[in-house]
Amino acid sequence: MDTSRSYLEPSSFSKKLAATIIIVYTVITLIPISWMVMTSFKNVNSAISYPPEVFFEPSLEGYVNLFTNRSRQSQEYLDSLPPPENWYEELVRSREMVITGPSKFLGRYSNSMIIGFGSTFASVFLGALAAYAFSRFRVPLKDDLLFFILSTRMFPPIAVAVPIFIMYRKLGLGDTHLGMIILYTVVNLSLAVWLLKGFMDEIPKEYEEAAMIDGYSRLQAFFKVVLPQAMTGIAATAIFCMIFSWNEYAFAVLLTQFNAQTAPPFIPTIIGEGGLDWPAIGAGTTLFLLPVMIFTIILRKHLLRGITFGAVRK
Amino acid sequence: MSQIKISNLQKSFGDFTAVKNSNLTINDKEFFVLLGPSGCGKTTTLRMIAGLELPTSGEIYLGEEEVGMLRASERDIAFVFQLFALYPHMNVKNNLSFPLKMQGYSRSEIKTRVEEAAKLLRIDHILNSSISSLSGGDRQRVALGRALVRRPKAFLMDEPLGTLDAEFRELMCLELKKLHIDIGATTVYVTHDQLEAMSLADRIAVMDGGEILQADEPAVIYNKPATKFVASFIGSPGMNFINIDQGISNEQSTLNIEGTNFNIPKQYEISKSKKNSFGIRPENLSLTNEGGLKGSVFGVEYLGSRKIVTVKTNFGEIKVKTNISTSVKINENVQIKPSNNNIIIFDGETDRSLKSEFMN
Repeated sequence: MDTSRSYLEPSSFSKKLAATIIIVYTVITLIPISWMVMTSFKNVNSAISYPPEVFFEPSLEGYVNLFTNRSRQSQEYLDSLPPPENWYEELVRSREMVITGPSKFLGRYSNSMIIGFGSTFASVFLGALAAYAFSRFRVPLKDDLLFFILSTRMFPPIAVAVPIFIMYRKLGLGDTHLGMIILYTVVNLSLAVWLLKGFMDEIPKEYEEAAMIDGYSRLQAFFKVVLPQAMTGIAATAIFCMIFSWNEYAFAVLLTQFNAQTAPPFIPTIIGEGGLDWPAIGAGTTLFLLPVMIFTIILRKHLLRGITFGAVRK
Repeated sequence: MSQIKISNLQKSFGDFTAVKNSNLTINDKEFFVLLGPSGCGKTTTLRMIAGLELPTSGEIYLGEEEVGMLRASERDIAFVFQLFALYPHMNVKNNLSFPLKMQGYSRSEIKTRVEEAAKLLRIDHILNSSISSLSGGDRQRVALGRALVRRPKAFLMDEPLGTLDAEFRELMCLELKKLHIDIGATTVYVTHDQLEAMSLADRIAVMDGGEILQADEPAVIYNKPATKFVASFIGSPGMNFINIDQGISNEQSTLNIEGTNFNIPKQYEISKSKKNSFGIRPENLSLTNEGGLKGSVFGVEYLGSRKIVTVKTNFGEIKVKTNISTSVKINENVQIKPSNNNIIIFDGETDRSLKSEFMN
């Protein structure tokens, strides 16, 4: 009999089974994403060819189309132009077009960045302060207040779209970065307060008491002692908030048009010649995926510990 | 270093009164222990001295200054927590220098002080270690170090040895005592462990139900307890009590229990009640063949140097500490007799000990 392992350790068969299931699941999840990335490197024709091409000659046409506006010109006109100055101009001319200027994508993308990171920071910061107060102080009607905060998530946020639209127009917040940051912060804040309160409850109050006795004010103790220990929770909360505000579509369509429009409502509107420009859309979504992916990878170490919060006392 | 004085201190949480009308003076350079069962108000008292709780009423003086309503950061005291509360995201050195950074000391001054404290506590070799890699004893030393570096007016300690295992606890007890002798700092120490209290304290205050029952030197607390609770809480096993259905008069010096006359110290006080109790410590009793209180042996505990014999009598179980040569069997009939006059009569109404020749 094999006595080298404990009863609690899974057998090698169940380990293999678990590994197989995880691999199969990962592959299934990755198919649409890899298809998206592949589409971004196809040209317009191979993107819509049937049967779909799995092996194809990669092209950067999608990315060029994403970042530029172009117009079709006659061959005579093209011949009259000086030779192309760089590779992307050459690529565009081979499609009998000229670049007329940069597209709006970069602006929309940076709007997404500003609004996404701005509202994530605001939600986590305000959420941490509120969670700390709920966790440590004798707040009157504490349970009712916490329930009220949670109840703001009991209907889909879009249900209040019309009042918000009207309010924003009167307040001059429509199509502004500040307006979108406020809106996403409001939606995320209840999640942030609830998640972070759990983490704050886990941190013994002796830490900030020790700091206060060592001569720090409560606010200083909060920043120097409590926040560093709540990093796990802050990372987890930040990822959830970031994913929501990064991906949000409905409010972005409704409230933004030019100045503060984010990437989600913009990408589907990329129209090429004679229909949707699938490689450009693929390129846009691939680039759109990257920040959240990088953000999550950076915070992954904290996130993994964060998901199991409350399970084990440190 | 300073004297600490609390007067008429009271703390209520809603309807619950945690500390009732307490008065206490802790002398400069004294090692003072607050002792009592959990929930007796000892930790609340300590936290009020620290400024972690604000009193409902009453005053706290640190030296000459009334500090009752000041914030913890304004009081210049150090606090050692039961769970140490070392900052896990900093290494040992940063933990030790954290209190100094706030006070605006120069970098070289901080370095000197940290090294000085580390040397005193013999933790200079682990200054760069992370907190999570330390043993319980070292964590305790770092926690003490963090309190030491600032040279505060007083040290407050809330069961700092509570989480250590027995072996370490004994060692740290010795180190604490030595440290106190070396630096001579006013120290208030909270514990529920009477052995810790006895071995560390210059003076002990025994608390129960939010009240300070007695504050005195360990030997006085043990031998001349002011109340029945102190008598039963201190000592292992605690004092024996025999209920007597008779009042005590002035000058009385004998007591008749179950038809036998026992000598008691000459009483100087008349009891308020007709139902009092006769208290005597197990080591002041002996087993005899006649002329004592009748009973039968219920159990024998062997303690190495002594034996504790539990005798079942009409007055309940009575514990007798005998020497090791005594041999008795379970269910054997024995009689118990006081071997000296260290007897205390507790008033049935107030639970206070009555004044006598012994309890003067």
